[in-house]
Amino acid sequence: MSRIGVFVCHCGENISATVNCEKVAKITGELKGVEFATDYKYMCSDPGQTLLKEAIKEHKLDGVVVAACSPRMHEPTFRKACAEAGLNPFLCEMSNIREHCSWVHPKDDLTTEKAQDLVRVMVEKVKKNKALNSIKVPVTKTALVVGGGIAGIQAALDIANCGHKVIMVERQPSIGGHMSQLSETFPTLDCSQCILTPRMVEVAQHPNITLHTYSEVESVDGFIGNFKVKIRKKSKSLDEHLCTGCGLCTTKCPQKKIPNEFERGLGFRPAIYVPFPQAVPNKPVIDREHCTYYIKGKCKVCEIVCPTKAIRFDQEDEVIDVAVGAIVMATGFDVLKTDYFPEYGYGKYADVIDGLAFERLASASGPTQGEIRRPSDGQIPKKIVFVACAGSRDPAKGIEYCSKICCMYTAKHAMLYKHKVHDGIPYVFYMDIRAGGKNYEEFVRRTIVEDETQYIRGRVSTIYEKNGKLIVKGADTLMGGIPIEIEADMVVLATFFAEAHPKLKPVETNTAGIFLAGACQAPKDIPESVAAASGAAVKVAALFSNDELTRDPLVAVVNRSAPPVYSQCVGCFLCQSVCPYQAIEREEIKNRNGEVIKTLARVNEGLCQGCGTCVALCRTKAIDIHGYSNQQVYTEIMALLND
Amino acid sequence: MQEFEPKIVAFVCNWCTYAGADLTGTSRIKYSANVKIIRFPCTGRIDFMILMKAFENGADGIIVSGCHPNDCHYSTGNFHARRRWIVFRNLLNFTGIDTERIQFSWVSAAEGFKWADVVNNTVKKIKEIGPYENYNKIAVSTLFNEEGATNE
Ligand SMILES: Cc1cc2nc3c(=O)[nH]c(=O)nc-3n(C[C@H](O)[C@H](O)[C@H](O)COP(=O)(O)OP(=O)(O)OC[C@H]3O[C@@H](n4cnc5c(N)ncnc54)[C@H](O)[C@@H]3O)c2cc1C
Repeated sequence: MSRIGVFVCHCGENISATVNCEKVAKITGELKGVEFATDYKYMCSDPGQTLLKEAIKEHKLDGVVVAACSPRMHEPTFRKACAEAGLNPFLCEMSNIREHCSWVHPKDDLTTEKAQDLVRVMVEKVKKNKALNSIKVPVTKTALVVGGGIAGIQAALDIANCGHKVIMVERQPSIGGHMSQLSETFPTLDCSQCILTPRMVEVAQHPNITLHTYSEVESVDGFIGNFKVKIRKKSKSLDEHLCTGCGLCTTKCPQKKIPNEFERGLGFRPAIYVPFPQAVPNKPVIDREHCTYYIKGKCKVCEIVCPTKAIRFDQEDEVIDVAVGAIVMATGFDVLKTDYFPEYGYGKYADVIDGLAFERLASASGPTQGEIRRPSDGQIPKKIVFVACAGSRDPAKGIEYCSKICCMYTAKHAMLYKHKVHDGIPYVFYMDIRAGGKNYEEFVRRTIVEDETQYIRGRVSTIYEKNGKLIVKGADTLMGGIPIEIEADMVVLATFFAEAHPKLKPVETNTAGIFLAGACQAPKDIPESVAAASGAAVKVAALFSNDELTRDPLVAVVNRSAPPVYSQCVGCFLCQSVCPYQAIEREEIKNRNGEVIKTLARVNEGLCQGCGTCVALCRTKAIDIHGYSNQQVYTEIMALLND
Repeated sequence: MQEFEPKIVAFVCNWCTYAGADLTGTSRIKYSANVKIIRFPCTGRIDFMILMKAFENGADGIIVSGCHPNDCHYSTGNFHARRRWIVFRNLLNFTGIDTERIQFSWVSAAEGFKWADVVNNTVKKIKEIGPYENYNKIAVSTLFNEEGATNE
């Protein structure tokens, strides 16, 4: 026989204005198994909770129903109060007689009757409730940071400085990301490398950070606090421990004409190379696609000249397994591919370049040592056109969003150009100028007023070459749409930003324990990327501040009667195919000789989120779910319909 | 004669429709008191037996409501529910229950007004169809009649 307590809340007058609370308490107090029933003005208040706790002790209650507001509001409050009075919190249920009753119905007998029905349902349900214990899962206090751009660097340093271990995976031979390619940064025109390189070095030297460059995440398994990650370390054809980074190999390599990705194709590099002089780690990799030895089977000049014998032609990729508790995705962005802009001649005319290439031209360490020279003939362009929103905010191109940072970097480019080519004329075609940020609007103004940049509001329709000039055709919408034609020497497209999509096996961003940082989430400039990274780092640190995670135990369970061969589960594993969390595992039951006699499904409590889809699907009703078990649900239905 | 007041059970998910019904309350939108809600984690949890149990116990109508497609808290539960409903419709026909007695809908946590509409429309519809009186027959007689399960 149960000893249930019913507590009916007036919620001031929010409930009692339309529901007769005394009557609800009185009638439901007469239900079988109800030991105690009362009503009170504010159950959630301190005296209300005290009343609840004392009643639990005094009447030795083994179940509690609080009829009040939505459980989405105060279920945790009352469950906690029950626990404080020594009652298992999962033996407490709430009837929602406010949002679902008193607030939506008029003051009449029907409304009070409905409240009684709702209480009766929960009284019957609670009789079937089981005392449950919160699930505890251990936390591996190591974080994985995927991507070594400024966002990944910031997140890694913040987490490492909190005293936790960090594993950083970067696809390229060096960390640094796009920021390492930038010349100077808006709105202060700070030298990008000067801010970035010290942080890159800090990552490499931090005792808590392990860096894997030229590596990629191959798979992610597991769940919050307990991820298992496979990392593929691509072969660098190099013994990194022996290599001192002297660079002799890179100067002797006979392959010298490979387009340099870091310079956006504006310069060349050898087959054994370091992507840029300040690279971290500052050790070369062999690009096997272009290396003479890998193509023709002979050369090995690098091996011959290497003073420490560090070259390893037969080195293979290595796949390592790591265990981490949290993952920060900081994979950044890509700039749009060339084939998007046939009408702008991008990829066809050498002097139509994108914003990143312009950064390289403007960079003191770039292919022209910072002089703005056009790629085709090395001439200094006297008229240069910047096309903002190239591809962004253009449903025809399939990209409806604003890339956000292009307004700012275009203004920066025009300004840098004018600072370097005093007699040149920069033009900017734009749609709107979006410069919301500290000192951003002032920066754009300076570009227009002090650096005399011609801002034309309108889109460019086409660009073609004529007599060594690029003819840029567009319209000026502020002048009534009059056609504009500019004979330019060079064109820079502010191509849009595409967030890089993380290659993750299970569910992506809605997976607990996986956080996003930087431009992989949405277009962001450096300050925003850094802020987001620190935000993600705090989340990770908060997660790591406990040795264990506690979770509600409202998860699925497979009936596993002893001996388990008698389980209702027939091992069809339909449940496995519908589980969104890969929480269903296989459990083999063996006899004494070690032979498998039955295979059962087993729910991994750490992974299960308690949706119950497997329960509905199970053909033999072998799976059930705590808190919403078949028995509980049927009882609720019966109680609701039979008064 | 007293007007027929149907008994309607609503099976809703915790994350969207339950919260949507909470919003109906917070916004003080009035609706008919015939409908009573039973909360589930997800519509994906709701199987045929649950619906049959409701009819067996005298429900005149049922509402099943969860998150909109692609908004499921558990990513795919509502798709399973939808697919199951398509199959279940045939079974309902087979047992001789008017499929109109079950209303399937998506109500998000922001759709307080929609929840009131769903309830009121269902009540109206069930009033037109009339009470469901064969409930004591469905559990045994229809599914396992002597001729072997045919739907005559
Ligand atoms: C032309 C141009 C000019 C700009 N000028 C400025 C400026 O003046 N001021 C300013 O504030 N901002 C500027 N920005 C924006 C700035 O570049 C970004 O805000 C910043 O680089 C974002 O950093 P991030 O770390 O999020 O991404 P990224 O810099 O893109 O770094 C991502 C890193 O992740 C790595 N990665 C990607 N995928 C994987 C994977 N699967 N596995 C492992 N590693 C991976 C990449 O190799 C890269 O190293 C400019 C951008 C452009 C395009």
